Amino acid sequence: MQFEYNIEAGNFTKAGDASSNFKKVLKQLNVDPQIIKRIVVSLYEGEVNIVAHSYGGKVICEVNPKKVWIRLIDTGPGIPDIEKAMQAGYSTASPKVREMGFGAGMGLPNMKNNADILNIKSEVGKGTEVEIIVNLN
Amino acid sequence: MTLNDIAHMLNAKAICCEEKLEHDINAAFASDLMSDVLTIHDSTHVLLITGLVNVQTIRTAEMSDIQHIVFVRNKKVSSEIIAMAKELGICLLECEYSMYRTCGILFCNQVAPLY
Repeated sequence: MQFEYNIEAGNFTKAGDASSNFKKVLKQLNVDPQIIKRIVVSLYEGEVNIVAHSYGGKVICEVNPKKVWIRLIDTGPGIPDIEKAMQAGYSTASPKVREMGFGAGMGLPNMKNNADILNIKSEVGKGTEVEIIVNLN
Repeated sequence: MTLNDIAHMLNAKAICCEEKLEHDINAAFASDLMSDVLTIHDSTHVLLITGLVNVQTIRTAEMSDIQHIVFVRNKKVSSEIIAMAKELGICLLECEYSMYRTCGILFCNQVAPLY
């Protein structure tokens, strides 16, 4: 099963709608609640990152009996230094993002802590693709 | 201790999902930083104390499976946020006390910290 959600840049009213929707799907599929939590925390942090830092993008979520595979794809501006971005506490967030309770440099570390596999590919000027895999067993 | 006991201690008012006032609360976590809230592993019987009032507070509670929030510093919750919390079954309390005072009262009454 595959689910796709468009994510609007800068729209904090809708940030989290995709994660909320996908959480409902996982509940309907009777996925273990602790695993659901890991999936949606990771997805939500990624969704907020697209809203906060990108020009917009989409989330593609695939579920099979063994795993959940999520791709968060945005259209830029890209991450110049992924290693630095992964450091807890490092942030380039705007004051608006901080007002919403994010932007303290915890997003990517939180995603990594909740995913079984986290891959990030980014090219400055083109965009970023984040892959999250969580095993269901 | 129930959420209702806590509401009395904090002179706080429940503004939605009042049926959850009978829930037991064992621990609390205070933060205005939602990424910190998202680190909570076991949110059963947990109360979130925050002064951050926006839709992302509710979304964060939803993702973290938190069912009880007290908004401190006399922050008022909008009808949009109340509607969202009702839909998700999250009980919201409003409290005039500061975050420090709220935490102090709960800590002195054996509500455990999470970390």
